Amino acid sequence: MEQTIVKFYQTGTFTVGNRLLAPEQRSVQANTQRSNSLNSGHRACQGCGEALGARYAIDAAMQATNGQLIAANATGCLEVFSTPYPETSWQMPWIHSLFGNTAAVATGIAAAMRVKGRSDVRVVAQGGDGGTTDIGFGCLSGMFERNDDVLYICYDNEAYMNTGVQRSSATPPAARTATTMPVGPHPGNVFGQGKNVPQIAMAHEIPYVATATVADLRDLEYKVKKAMSIHGARYIHIFVPCPLGWGAASHDTIRLARLAVESGVFPVFEAERGEVTGVVKIRRRVPIEDYLKPQRRFAHLFGKNPDLKTIARLQARADRNIRRFGLLA
Amino acid sequence: MFQVRIHGRGGQGVVTGAEMLSIAAFLGGQHAQAFPSFGSERTGAPVVAYCRMDNKEIRLREPVMEPDAIIIQDPTLLNQVDVFSGLKKDGYILINTTRTFEELGLGEFVKDFRPDHLLTVGATELSMKHVGRPVPNMPLLGAFAAVGGLITLDAVEAAIGQKFKGAIAQGNIDAAREAYQIVKRQELKTEAHHA
Amino acid sequence: MLKQCEGSHAVAVAVAMSRPEVICAYPISPQTHIVEGLGEMVKSGALAHCEFINVESEFAALSVAIGASAAGARAYTATASQGLLFMAEAVYNASGLGLPIVMTVANRSIGAPINIWNDHTDSMSMRDAGWLQIFAETNQEALDLHIQAFRLAEELSLPVMVCMDGFILTHAYERVDIPDQAQVDRYLPPYEPRQVLDPKAPVTIGAMVGPEAFTEVRYLAHAKQMQALDLIPQIAEEFKQVFGRDSGGLIKTYRLDDAETIVIALGSVLGTIKDTVDDLRAQGIKIGVLGITSYRPFPITAIRDATANASRIVVIEKCFAVGIGGIVSRDVRSAVRNRPQPVLTVVAGLGGRAITKASLNKLLLEAIADKLELLTFLDLDWGIVNRVLDREKKQRRSGPVAEGILRDIGTVASHIA
Repeated sequence: MEQTIVKFYQTGTFTVGNRLLAPEQRSVQANTQRSNSLNSGHRACQGCGEALGARYAIDAAMQATNGQLIAANATGCLEVFSTPYPETSWQMPWIHSLFGNTAAVATGIAAAMRVKGRSDVRVVAQGGDGGTTDIGFGCLSGMFERNDDVLYICYDNEAYMNTGVQRSSATPPAARTATTMPVGPHPGNVFGQGKNVPQIAMAHEIPYVATATVADLRDLEYKVKKAMSIHGARYIHIFVPCPLGWGAASHDTIRLARLAVESGVFPVFEAERGEVTGVVKIRRRVPIEDYLKPQRRFAHLFGKNPDLKTIARLQARADRNIRRFGLLA
Repeated sequence: MFQVRIHGRGGQGVVTGAEMLSIAAFLGGQHAQAFPSFGSERTGAPVVAYCRMDNKEIRLREPVMEPDAIIIQDPTLLNQVDVFSGLKKDGYILINTTRTFEELGLGEFVKDFRPDHLLTVGATELSMKHVGRPVPNMPLLGAFAAVGGLITLDAVEAAIGQKFKGAIAQGNIDAAREAYQIVKRQELKTEAHHA
Repeated sequence: MLKQCEGSHAVAVAVAMSRPEVICAYPISPQTHIVEGLGEMVKSGALAHCEFINVESEFAALSVAIGASAAGARAYTATASQGLLFMAEAVYNASGLGLPIVMTVANRSIGAPINIWNDHTDSMSMRDAGWLQIFAETNQEALDLHIQAFRLAEELSLPVMVCMDGFILTHAYERVDIPDQAQVDRYLPPYEPRQVLDPKAPVTIGAMVGPEAFTEVRYLAHAKQMQALDLIPQIAEEFKQVFGRDSGGLIKTYRLDDAETIVIALGSVLGTIKDTVDDLRAQGIKIGVLGITSYRPFPITAIRDATANASRIVVIEKCFAVGIGGIVSRDVRSAVRNRPQPVLTVVAGLGGRAITKASLNKLLLEAIADKLELLTFLDLDWGIVNRVLDREKKQRRSGPVAEGILRDIGTVASHIA
C-alpha cells in the first residue's frame, strides 16, 4: 500500500496530541505515560501560562532524558505555586535555592554529575523573567560564558508577577505594571529600555538558543528535545501569558500567545552559536491592536481617546521583529 | 630568635628573598617565619619583608620592630625610608651596593657598629652576571649565609634549587656563591683589621 | 612530612587531600593563592576527580557549591571580606538547607573604606547565619582545621567556615607538617549525603515553609549547633589519634591554671599574646590565655568553666559592634553572666594594624592595675580622630573622611609597621 504523507495544520482549533497520528509522532503531552513532572494540585492561577509552559517543557525534557533530569528553580511564581508548604507538585529531583542564582546552582549540579561519572543525568534550570533577565542575569551570563551543560528555561510573563506585578526588564513598553502605572505624560512602561535575553544568549555564542510559546505545543516540545540532544549551555525563552498580571481572561492564555506570534510581537526562532538557524513564520499576520486589546495592561491605550502614537510605536517594534527575523512567508 | 628585615622596592624579589631565607633556615633545622609588610605593593614602591628564625616554635606575629639584621636591596631607599628603625646594637647591616658605607653617606651613622657586621655586596651586578636579570635577592641570601652562621650556603643553594629549575637555578646558585665568598672575605678582612 | 611553605599552599594541600569533588571560587585578596593552588592541582591532574569552576562572582561561587553539594558532591569554596558579603544570601541559604559545604574565609576587613588587610569583620558579619565558624591560630592549624571541617560539616549536615587571618597567615611562610593521603582517608570517609538530588529517588529541596513550621525548622538549626559542641572535641580527639597532634577543639588554654587575668582572643594574634604573657609571667604576674577555636557554636560552658577563677577577663578582638563595643566580648559576657568578673573589650588590629607585644604589654599592665576602660581601641591615634571631628564641626563640606585622614598623616609608604 502506498504511503501518503498528510500534513495536519492546526488552525483555529485547540486540539493537541492528535490521536490520528502514529504514537511516535504524538506530542509528549498526548502520552498517558508522560512523567507529569509538574503534578496537578499546584496552586497556580486559573489560566497560568507558566504552569502550562513548565509542564510542557519539563515533560518533554524528562522524555528526552529518559527521566534522568534534575531541576533547579528560581524564586518566583513557579516555585511558590508548585511547592505550597507542606506539599510539592514536583515528581523529579528539584531544588529551589535563591532568586538570582539558579543558573549557578544548576552549574553546580551539572559539575557534581560530571565528577560522579553520571553522564546520563542532565540538568535544567528554570525561572521567570525577573529571575532571569534581571537579578539572575549575572549568573546566567556566567553559565553561558563557561558553556556549562545546563538548559536554562525562562518563562517570560513580562513582569515580577509573584510579588504583585512589578516591572522587569522584560516588560514591554507601554505596559501597565504596579511600578509603571498608566499615569502622567508617559503612561505605562517607558520606551527605550528593556533587555532581549534570547539575543544576549546568542551573543554568548552558546550551542543552542530558542524562543517558544505555549500556543505551539509541538514547537515547544521539539525545541526542548532538541536542546536535550545537545551538550553545553542552552537557553529556551518561553512566552507565557499571565491572566492576572496582564488583566486578560484566563481562557485567553493560549490565544494571546498565538496573537503575540502572529502580530510579530514575539518572534519564534532557533539559533546555534549566535546564528539564527530557523524561524516560525507568521501564517496569518494580525495588527498589534488584536494582541493588545484583550489585555487590561494596555487598556489605557484605547478607549475614548486612543493613544494612536504609542500604538503605532508598538506596531513599529513588531514590524521590526518581522523584518529582522524574516517572519513573513 | 634572630630577626631579619629586608628593604627593597617592588619587583626586586624582597618578599621572595624573605621566603627563601626562611626555607634555608628550615632546611638547617630551624623554625622560621617569613611574611611581607602588607602594603599596596607596586613595582618600584618601597617594600619590606620580614624573617624570623629560632630553634623553637615562633609565635610572634608582629612586624619585625627590632631587627638583628637589616638587608637593604636598594640603597636609594636610604633617603626615603627609615630602614634602620629599631636595629639592635651591633646588629648586621647588609647592603646591595658596590660602594662603601662611607660613600653611601652612612659613615657617621655606623661609626660605633662592629665593622664585621657592616657588609656590602654588589648583588645586582652579580645577578646580572650570572642570571642576566637585575634581581639581587638570591645573591643577598648567599651573602647572608656568610653572616653569623645562621644559615648555611648549602641550605641557600638547596632552597634555590627547590624554587628554580635548570639554568636559572644554576645561575642563582652561582650568584649566591660568589656573594657568599665576597662577604666572607670582607668579614675576614675586618676581623684581621680589628685584631 | 615537614615543609616550609606559604599558609595558602598548606591550605590548598589540605583541601586537595580531603578529596573535594567540586571547587568553585572567585578571586579576592587575600584568598587568591589558595584557589590558584587548587586550580593548578586540578588542571595538572594532581587533584583528580574534581571539577574546578571559575565563577563570575562570589555569589555564583557559593551558589555553585550549593548545587553541587545538594547533588551529592563534596563542595569547597573560599572568600574574604566583600566577597563574603556579596554571597550573603547564599550563606544563609546553604545553612538553612543544611548543606555541608566547607569554605575558607581569609579574614579581611570590610569597606568602606576599602581595605585589603586582616581583621575579623567579615566572618563576624555572618556569625549568626547558621554556619560553624572555626578559627586557626597557625598555618598548621589552618591545614588541620580544613580536614576536620569536612568531617564536621558532613556529620552534622551544616556548612563550616574555616577562618584564617588574611595575609598574616595566608601569606606567611612557616613550617607545617603535611599529612599523607592515607591518614586523611582514614579520618575522612567519602561524603554520605543526608539529602540528595537524584533521579533514582526524587526529592524537593528548598520548599517554602510557613508560620506553622518555620520556628521548628530554625530551632533544628540551633539544635545542630548544640550538637556541634559535643562533636567538635570528639573529632579533634580523633584527629589527634590519626595525625598525632592537638588541633581544633572548642578552646585552647595557655597558663590558665592560676591566672587572675585571662586574655581571650581568636586567630593568629594568640601567638603574640602568648609571648607577651610569658614576659608578664616572668615578672610574676598571674596571667593566662584562652584561645577560642570554635566561635560558632560559641562554647559557653567551656569558657565559663575555664574562666571560673579569674578576677578579670580581657577580650582582644579584631572587630567591633559600631556604637556598642565588642562583639566577641559580648558573647564572652554571656558565658560569665552572674559572675562579678569584669570583661574588658580591646578592639585591636582593625584593617591590618599590627598588634605589637609592646602595646599589649602596656595594655595588660593597665588591665592588671584595674586602670583599663571597659572599651579600648588599641593604638588609636586620638589626634587624628579629634582633628577630623574638629574639621567636621567647622565646615559642612568637610570632604571624604578617609581622604582627609590620609592627607593628615602624609604618605604611608615610608612607615615600617
